[in-house]
Amino acid sequence: MKTHVEKIIEPGTHFMMGNEACALGAIAAGCRYFAFYPITPANEIAEHMSTLLPKVGGVYMQMEDEISSIASVIGSSWAGKKSMTATSGPGFSLMQENIGYAIMTETPCVIVDVQRCGPSTGTPPIPMQGDIYQARHGSHGEYEIIALAPSSANDMFLLTIEAFNLAEAYRTPVIVLSDALVGHTTESVEIPHPSTIPIIERKRPKEPPEECRPFLNEDVAPMPIFGSGYRVHATASTHDERGFRNVDSPIFVDSLVRKLCAKIRKHRNEIVKVETKYLEDAEVALLAYGSVARSALHVVRWARREGLKVGYVRLITLWPFPDDIILDVARKVNKIMVLENNMGQIVNEVRRVGGGEAEVTFLPSKILGTIHEPSYTMEKLKEVYK
Amino acid sequence: MSEAYQHPLMKYVRKGALRQPHCPGCGNGIIAQCMLRAIDELGLDMGRMAFVSGIGCSSWIPSPFFNADVLHTTHGRPLAFATGVKLGNPELIVIVFTGDGDGAAIGGNHLIHASRRNIEILTVLVNNRIYGMTGGQVAPTTPHGMKTTTTPYGNLEHPFDLCKLVEAAGASYVARWTTFHVKQLVSSMKKGLLKEGFAFIEVVTPCPVQYGRYAGLKDPAESLLMLKNLSVPLSKAKSMSERELEGRIVIGELVDREMVGLTKAYKQLLAEVEA
Repeated sequence: MKTHVEKIIEPGTHFMMGNEACALGAIAAGCRYFAFYPITPANEIAEHMSTLLPKVGGVYMQMEDEISSIASVIGSSWAGKKSMTATSGPGFSLMQENIGYAIMTETPCVIVDVQRCGPSTGTPPIPMQGDIYQARHGSHGEYEIIALAPSSANDMFLLTIEAFNLAEAYRTPVIVLSDALVGHTTESVEIPHPSTIPIIERKRPKEPPEECRPFLNEDVAPMPIFGSGYRVHATASTHDERGFRNVDSPIFVDSLVRKLCAKIRKHRNEIVKVETKYLEDAEVALLAYGSVARSALHVVRWARREGLKVGYVRLITLWPFPDDIILDVARKVNKIMVLENNMGQIVNEVRRVGGGEAEVTFLPSKILGTIHEPSYTMEKLKEVYK
Repeated sequence: MSEAYQHPLMKYVRKGALRQPHCPGCGNGIIAQCMLRAIDELGLDMGRMAFVSGIGCSSWIPSPFFNADVLHTTHGRPLAFATGVKLGNPELIVIVFTGDGDGAAIGGNHLIHASRRNIEILTVLVNNRIYGMTGGQVAPTTPHGMKTTTTPYGNLEHPFDLCKLVEAAGASYVARWTTFHVKQLVSSMKKGLLKEGFAFIEVVTPCPVQYGRYAGLKDPAESLLMLKNLSVPLSKAKSMSERELEGRIVIGELVDREMVGLTKAYKQLLAEVEA
């Protein structure tokens, strides 16, 4: 007999909207708490979650705003549930303080940002990649974060699962940086059999409570969930390995910030993923992520047919930035052309890492909010290729 | 020498967490003890309780003092965090400690919606009628006309009646006491701990250091007596005019009604969807 999850996650090829695939990915990953405040273009995720979660014994909660959505997600994670929220730019801005709280208390959770045009209210249904730095540094203070960029509806399924796995493995909030185009595109999605999907669960303490050190381990401390007898004290004030507040000296701040950052930095190469094609003999590499990467790949194939030695680099992980991989790319090629649907965000990271090895140029969409029209990219590529 | 005396409530205190941040004369110690007495008298297991607090003086009542699971959250948001904790594991008894700045100003909307949802959380809102921790700024609960560090010419605004707000929003249980009324407070806390639905207890407390320096109530005993003298039992308040009640503190159980709590309703929904 099929389990409830198997009834929902039906293996095979489906014609499905990106936002729906995101909801299915969350259920497959084990998400059992989802909190939300209505916002375009993320609403379909909530509509599907509110239908699906009760079928698997989970909770859908519509909160009074995005601040409380992320807050309740963090609370639910401490109660032992894999938890997620979804939003777009304005709501993502409201969540930033509590994303910092999740970083500080090492709370696994997933935040989906279906990016739209900004700043501020902007144009809700139009896609833009404007929140790349907000994802990285939106909360105050010094920290590291993980952010993934899906390019397709299929990615929305796979990377939502990946986001949960990373959140659980590293006890950290993970951001899925989608956009209105990826979220609202309906296309084919390959759903694998649930039993073949690798699922990671957070490490729980085995030692007795008095020996437990539930915070600040560079290799990820075990997480004692509420009600399990560990009587954990979780605070976003500067604290020690046991969770005790200590704000007496900058020495404690130094120790905490370094350990929290090391938890991600030390494991950067296990976390990051980059897709590359046609790089072996490439002279110019087109580098893109998210929805823009699809147009970039189209142009790379077109250029190859015309005999141009052009390679393709798609960032799947945006944060932590895949420094080593991009440095390798920069050493292989002469030039890197970065395509983004914004005024230039990730290009600065590419320059920082690869600027000494290759010439890095930037191409925004001809009209911001639209995908790079291939003939426009081709024309600019030929100028760079000379 | 005989064995060192140990307070009978010490078993509820986290080891190594005795250092208190509260000022001399603060009512928070009284409130902490009332809560521990309520837990003790009911025989509840603190290992099955989760305390959630925000930012402000009141947030230090359970954190890190109480030997239970404690989530010390961001300013104004403890009820939102607690909503996730309770729905994440409805078996936990969830208690929120918040203040008048935390719960009525920055977190006011969460208070309204937690009441409306009637979620099974006991909320103790500690009202010292000022921002104590940040140095005595005006709060939404500060009396009209009062001078504070940010109302040097007197407060133009009028204080919030939080119990009325919570009642109107739909909570199951609403009570107000002062830190003078410890017996009543313990009894209310016991009721709130067992109540189905949202239970809200406002505790008006003296703040001799910040509130007291402007109100001429620097002496802790005097400020406690002042709260006693300002208090009017609900039964008596019913026959008093609005003018007579101005500046007084109406105490008692203001609401006690039987309504379905949110997690119970959700459990029923899950059973229906499953069927």
